[in-house]
Amino acid sequence: MNKIDVKDVNFYYGDFHALKGVSMQIKEKSVVAFIGPSGCGKSTFLRLFNRMNDLIPNTRMEGQILIDNEDIYAKGVPVDELRKNVGMVFQRPNPFPKTIFENVAYGLRVNGIKDNEFIRHRVEETLKGAALWDEVKDKLKESAFALSGGQQQRLCIARAMAVSPSILLMDEPASALDPISTAKVEELIHELKKDYTIVIVTHNMQQAARVSDKTAYFYLGEMIEFDETKKIFTNPAQISTQNYITGRFG
Amino acid sequence: MEKNKFPESYERRKRRSQKIAFGIFSLFSYSIVAILFAILGFIVYKGIGVINWDFLTTEPTEGMTSGGIWPAIVGTFYLMFGSAIFAFPIGVMSGIYMNEYAPKGKVVRFIRVMTNNLSGIPSIVFGLFGMTLFVNYLGFGDSILAGSLTLGLLCVPLVIRTTEEALKAIPDTFREGSRALGATKLQTIRRVILPIATPNIITGLILALGRVSGETAPILFTCAAYFLPKLPSSALDQCMALPYHLYVISTSGTNMEAQLPIAYGTALVLIVIILIVNLIANALRKYFSNKVKMN
Repeated sequence: MNKIDVKDVNFYYGDFHALKGVSMQIKEKSVVAFIGPSGCGKSTFLRLFNRMNDLIPNTRMEGQILIDNEDIYAKGVPVDELRKNVGMVFQRPNPFPKTIFENVAYGLRVNGIKDNEFIRHRVEETLKGAALWDEVKDKLKESAFALSGGQQQRLCIARAMAVSPSILLMDEPASALDPISTAKVEELIHELKKDYTIVIVTHNMQQAARVSDKTAYFYLGEMIEFDETKKIFTNPAQISTQNYITGRFG
Repeated sequence: MEKNKFPESYERRKRRSQKIAFGIFSLFSYSIVAILFAILGFIVYKGIGVINWDFLTTEPTEGMTSGGIWPAIVGTFYLMFGSAIFAFPIGVMSGIYMNEYAPKGKVVRFIRVMTNNLSGIPSIVFGLFGMTLFVNYLGFGDSILAGSLTLGLLCVPLVIRTTEEALKAIPDTFREGSRALGATKLQTIRRVILPIATPNIITGLILALGRVSGETAPILFTCAAYFLPKLPSSALDQCMALPYHLYVISTSGTNMEAQLPIAYGTALVLIVIILIVNLIANALRKYFSNKVKMN
C-alpha cells in the first residue's frame, strides 16, 4: 500500500518555479533516496512532506500530497499533528541546548505528555532504538553538546522517533559527519526500515545505493527518474541520470 | 614568475606599515582604558573622603551642606526598579514579536526605524513629554510613577534592540528542529529560543538599568525632588535621585565649598552602583549560560 502519494506537485519560492509537476508513490516501510545536484529541488520536495516549507514566507504549493490517503495540504489539517507523524532529521545535527534526556523528551513534552514515568521509559526505549543507549546511558543529564557530531545526529534521530512517527524524513543526515559516524547512521537507517517509511536526501551516491530501495533523481526542479535503486545505478532509463551517477556533472 | 620579480624592499615596507597601523590601533584602545581609569581615579580620589556609613545611611542636613545621601540612593533604586517594571516586559515582548512573529518586511522595518528614532531623542525631550503626559494629563503629579514611566520610555528602544539582536543570533536550525517535532511557535520560543537568548537579553536589560540610573533630564520635571527629608511612602510621592542630587549640589546651594566633596561622594556612589549592577549582569549571564547547557 502507498504510504505517500504525491500528485502533480508544483512549488514556488516567490516567482522561482522550484518543483515542476512531480508525482511519486512511496510504499510503506521502504527507504527512498532523493539524489541530484545542488539546487535541483530534492530538499524542497522532502520538506513538503511535513509542511516545513510553510515556515518560509512567500512560497506557494500546487498539487496534492496524500499520506495514508489523507491530503496533508487540505484546509484545516492540524500541521503540528502532521509533524508528529512525519519526523525530520536535518543536515547538521541540531540538538537543543538541553540535556541528552531532555532532547529526546522534548517532543513528548510539547505534545502534552506529563507522565514522567512514561517519558523516562520512552526516552530509554527510543535511545535504544537509535543505537545510542549504551553510549549515553550514564550521562543522560549532560548537555547534548558534549556528544560527538555523529552521536548528536543519532540523538536527533532518536528525538524524532520519540513522538512515534510513521515516516522519517532525512535531509542529508550524514553530510556533516565523518565516515565512521556515517556508517553508524546508515546502519541505523537499515534497522529503522522495519518500522518506518524513510525518505532520505543525499549527495552521496554510494549512500543512496547502500541504504535505499528506490531512488529518485531530480534535476532543475523536475523528477527525471524514479525507480528501483538497483536499476537506477546499473541501468538508468535517462541519459541525464546516467551522466549524474557516473559523475560526469553535478 | 621569477623570484626576483618581487621587489625586495616591498616586503620590508609591508611589515613596517603593519607595525605602524597596529601600533596606532592599540594606542587608541589603550588610551580609552586609560581615560576610564583616569575618570574613576579622579572621582575616587575626590570622593572617598566623605564616604562613611553615615553618609550612606542618613539624610542630608543643614541645607545639604552636610549629612548623607540615603534618600537619593533609595530614590535611584526605586526609579531603576520602577522603569524596569515598565520597560522590560514591553521591550522584550516587542523584540520577540519583531524577530519571531512579524512577517519580515515593511512593517518590521518601519517599527525598527521608529524605535531607533525613539532612542535618538534627547533625554530632556523625554522629560518634557513625561511631564505633559504622565504628570499633567494623566495626573500622576511629580512622582516616582511618572518618573519611572518616563525613564521606561527612554530605555524601551534599548531593550527591544538587544532582545532582537539576541534572538537574531540564534540559528534557525533550532527553530526548525523544534517545529519539526510538532511544537508550536510559542512552545518553540518559550522552551528553546528564549533559554538560549536569555543571557544576552539579560545583559541588555542590565545595560538599560545602568542607563536609567544615571539619567537626570527625564526625571527633572517628572519626579526628582530637590530635597526630601524622608523616604517616599508610595509610588505617587516624589523622590530624590543620585544624578539629580549631584546636579543640584554642584550648581546651586548656600555653601559650595562644603558641598563639593559631597558632590564627589555622590558621584562615587553612583558609579559604584552602576559597577555593581554590571557585575550582577555578568553573574546572571554566566548563570543562565550554564543553565542552557551550551557546552
